[in-house]
Amino acid sequence: MGDITWRRRIAAGLVASAVMPLAALAADGASIVQQGGSNPSALPCITCHGADGKGMAAGGFPRLAGLPAEYIAKQLRDFKAGRRVNPIMQPIASALTDDEVQAVAKTYSERPKVNVVATAPEQPVPGSGAWIALRGAWDRNIPECTLCHGPSGVGVGSSFPPLAGQSAAYIETQLHAWRGQKQASAKRPAKGAAQAAAPTRHNDPNGLMQHIAADLTEAEIKAVAEYFGGLGDSSEPFDESQHRLR
Amino acid sequence: MNTAKDLLIALLVLPGVAAAAAADKSRLDDQTQLPSSPARPTGTHYFQAPAASELPNNAFGELVRRGEAYFVNTKALAPQYVGNDMNCINCHIDRGRKANSAPLWAAYPMYPAYRKKNNKVNTYAERMQGCFQFSMNGTPPAADSDIITALTAYSYWISTGAPTGKALPGRGFDEPKPPRGGYDIARGKVVYQQQCAICHGENGEGQKVGATSVFPPLWGKNSYNWGAGMHRINTAAGFIQHNMPLGRGETLSDQEAWDVAAFINSHERPQDPRLINGDIEATRKRFHADDGINLYGVKVDGVLLGQGVKTDGVLLSKEVK
Repeated sequence: MGDITWRRRIAAGLVASAVMPLAALAADGASIVQQGGSNPSALPCITCHGADGKGMAAGGFPRLAGLPAEYIAKQLRDFKAGRRVNPIMQPIASALTDDEVQAVAKTYSERPKVNVVATAPEQPVPGSGAWIALRGAWDRNIPECTLCHGPSGVGVGSSFPPLAGQSAAYIETQLHAWRGQKQASAKRPAKGAAQAAAPTRHNDPNGLMQHIAADLTEAEIKAVAEYFGGLGDSSEPFDESQHRLR
Repeated sequence: MNTAKDLLIALLVLPGVAAAAAADKSRLDDQTQLPSSPARPTGTHYFQAPAASELPNNAFGELVRRGEAYFVNTKALAPQYVGNDMNCINCHIDRGRKANSAPLWAAYPMYPAYRKKNNKVNTYAERMQGCFQFSMNGTPPAADSDIITALTAYSYWISTGAPTGKALPGRGFDEPKPPRGGYDIARGKVVYQQQCAICHGENGEGQKVGATSVFPPLWGKNSYNWGAGMHRINTAAGFIQHNMPLGRGETLSDQEAWDVAAFINSHERPQDPRLINGDIEATRKRFHADDGINLYGVKVDGVLLGQGVKTDGVLLSKEVK
């Protein structure tokens, strides 16, 4: 190995080390997704959210691909501020700069949006997850999920994220995060194991989700999470021109 | 009773209301002959519409299901009759079942009835035609059309077991009394921005998924027109207090509901299709002066309301006999 090669390598290294921080300053969303943020604590998103950004159902890691940029950025800011408590995401979000938050949110929002093939409206069976999703429980003032999250739960605007495309595990966890563990512990006070736990999500606009999560039964939470978890993701692109029957 | 006095006070704060007619309770009513809902009972069990599972699988059940589909997807399934982005379910929550959201089970059994709105006895079909003409700013379907027939069947089935001709608790929107100090549009704007804009948009434009309206527009060209019952502040206040924000009904105070209803209804929207010879003042006198609390033909912040907005397509306001 000659001197020249080494010099070239050193020069290349100097150029790289000069360029890398610049790249980090410009907050390249794709690079954060793949390699992490400028702070090493900001782990690469793909580690948990999958190479395609569609999440990892087994671990309960949510889909980010195609979610609105404003929604993703808000969640990251809420993790930082403790409005959304999560031991994995809080340190990561806190290690991202504001620019990086914007960049990574934009990158994921530009990936394909979840799509559910529009079919004839289904007639849900009372008491099923589909019933909660499509009819709600108005005797408890619980609207059908699709009233705000859109037909088939594909999401509406930047404040009502898609439920379709998320795993049952993730949706169930989130409903529990809004609900807390009060009821569960009250039922088994003797065991002492299940301590009353306060809700860990406080970031729903206008508190819209809190009462819904609190007033659903455990069985309903599970069923409705499974309903949306089972909708899948069509390979057809999202057709903005069509009506979706409810 | 303080009702008349309260109303008078409310009227006094209206900017530029000419002829603040001495109002009585009947002026708040949607339909003169039709009584408003009985006094709000606490802990009352409202009428229960039949469960979906009780619908028979026969020709009747099929017609009812078709009616329900029209009720929910009005714009998608009957675009020729709907001139804006509204669907029946926007005002009649839970598919026409929810108390204090003008439930069908409290409406269907009250017809035929005299209505001051058009000064005649209306059939239920005519009442629904009114929804198409005003709330949906469209063209009323013929009384014997498939859509009116199906919607009638759906309403009839929802009303299974409800007494005929008896005003049930939960009917209409159970309007809260006008607040003692009147309403305040500026205060309503703050309520709107805090509680409503997230769904209905900063400019009341609503939100869609594809072509389907999810959160309805509250003013502007795609909303209900100046002839719709919801343009009355008292009516909108009732709907809002009981039903908004979705899932959090009855959390706003009566005052907040009136304020935000006034804010929403102080914006321009499609013209009243009953417009008389292009004359807003004549139209106000004939159709609005005696129709609850509303801002049609009234100047707010120096701007005359009731001028209408251009709508898409052919559904520009036109005089209707």
